[in-house]
Amino acid sequence: MQINKDLIAASSTPLVLAILAEADNYGYAIIQRVRELSGGHLEWTDGMLYPVLHRLERLGHVKARWEVADSGRRRKYYRITSQGRKQLSEERRQWQAVDSALKDIWQALSLFNSAGQPASAALRSQGV
Amino acid sequence: MSSAAQSSSLEEQIDKWRSYVRRRQAIHSIDVAELEDHLREQIAGLGKAGLTTDEAFLVAVKRMGALDALSREFAREHSERLWKQLVVSASSDQISPEARTDGFIAFALAVAAALLVKLPVLFGIDVDHNEGFYIRNLSFFVLPLLTGYFVWKRRLATDAVRWLATVFVAAIMFANVYPFVAQGHTEALTALHLPIALWLLVGIAYAGGRWRQVAGRMDFIRFSGELFIYYVLIALGGLVFVAFLGMLFKAIEIDSAPFVKWIVPCGAAGAVLVASWLVEAKQSVIENMAPVLTRLFTPLFAALLFTFLGTMLWTGRGIDISREALIAFDLLLVVVLGLLLYSVSARDSQSPPGTFDVMQVVLVISALLADAAALWAIAARISEFGFSPNRVAALGENLILLVNLGWAAVLYSRFLRGRGSFASVERWLTNYLRVYFVWAVIVVIFFPPLFRYI
Repeated sequence: MQINKDLIAASSTPLVLAILAEADNYGYAIIQRVRELSGGHLEWTDGMLYPVLHRLERLGHVKARWEVADSGRRRKYYRITSQGRKQLSEERRQWQAVDSALKDIWQALSLFNSAGQPASAALRSQGV
Repeated sequence: MSSAAQSSSLEEQIDKWRSYVRRRQAIHSIDVAELEDHLREQIAGLGKAGLTTDEAFLVAVKRMGALDALSREFAREHSERLWKQLVVSASSDQISPEARTDGFIAFALAVAAALLVKLPVLFGIDVDHNEGFYIRNLSFFVLPLLTGYFVWKRRLATDAVRWLATVFVAAIMFANVYPFVAQGHTEALTALHLPIALWLLVGIAYAGGRWRQVAGRMDFIRFSGELFIYYVLIALGGLVFVAFLGMLFKAIEIDSAPFVKWIVPCGAAGAVLVASWLVEAKQSVIENMAPVLTRLFTPLFAALLFTFLGTMLWTGRGIDISREALIAFDLLLVVVLGLLLYSVSARDSQSPPGTFDVMQVVLVISALLADAAALWAIAARISEFGFSPNRVAALGENLILLVNLGWAAVLYSRFLRGRGSFASVERWLTNYLRVYFVWAVIVVIFFPPLFRYI
């Protein structure tokens, strides 16, 4: 299963903010965490994460700092700000609203389907 | 493959990748560092999973995404980066110490030039009663400092500095020892030709050791054009500034004229150095403006001159030579020469002749024809007009320009027909700069005594 681009783009902000809410982190590890969470279904193009992080930084949702990693290389870490946390809970409310709407309609659909009616007819009779 | 050899080839690959990414304007080097860290982590992770270094590198680069798309994303987030910023954008930690010193020296010299303009006032020489002094010495307020700036910047040898200083001192002498008649013609000619001669001194300092090379002189031509454009822009800004200054103080009924008397000359002198510094700072950052303008105006001028010649032939009207006509035609040739110089300066000498080159030759030839018609008309009436210093100077300049453009047209059309190289056009145009210098020197040194300082 491949998740389409629009969904990936829309979910990137809450995902990145949520991962940073767990702990400060850097780009590569954030992408690894996304893979892990989605069971490999969310395939980001790695490079695209960075413009997203920079946008969040510009909006003040995250703050960046350079640190020297164990390997001796410089690495850019991101930390969520209090404003970022507010944004995260806002995003969360919105996603939950979408999620519950979808959940309801899935439920309705499976009910009608089991009753033997075609799905489109079921929707029409509901006035959706 | 040993692991040492593997890691060295990986470093090479990463170096290549890095230089490739760096070429993208929207991705700054700090972002490249971030992406590189990501790439290295990815390669290490893939290596642990059993891939060879080469495979890991390829997969990691692929996962990073297509560079075009990535650069587009960066550009969307950092749209300001597509507009090359000259002075403001570079965050302070990115300015190199050399650039900072350079800016500091340039501004210090600009302040010095501003003060120098007002120095004669201390000795009781004010503008209102000593117009002649100021128009003759105008170039000395600025050009020695500008030369000094390039002497410092190019680290000129002591010999060269001594020579430049000697010429400047000699020039100051010639401008001030002659007993000019107040507001006479020869004084005006000196005021006009001295800056031309001294500008070549600035060029020698600018080119450093490269004045003898075509490329060095060509760079100076480019610099002069850009400097002119920047100066005009700064002057327009200055005009707005002075207008607001007047308006604001008028609102509280204070006469701003005394301020303006200070600000305008000091600003005009200082702006030359600031503009020079800007041109130097931007040369690799922003495209040159002068060639863009020539691109716009070469076809227009070519069409104008062509129509002019056509109309003249059609109607049979001769050129009505008034007193100023010769100077007007001189200026026309100067403009055409400028158009030619700046399109030559921006042209890649390797590329084959194109339509624009044909246009260039048409422009030069029609200018020459128009000028020949004007000279013909003047020659018929020169005895009637008499040889005033202005007329001799204008005639001399006309001939010099005529030779310069005429031979340039010959060389250029040879190049168009594939019988000559473009480099010969460049060489001719840049070598000829010396002739203007020599002529300007002749006018400054010999004309005043020749015409009895009238």
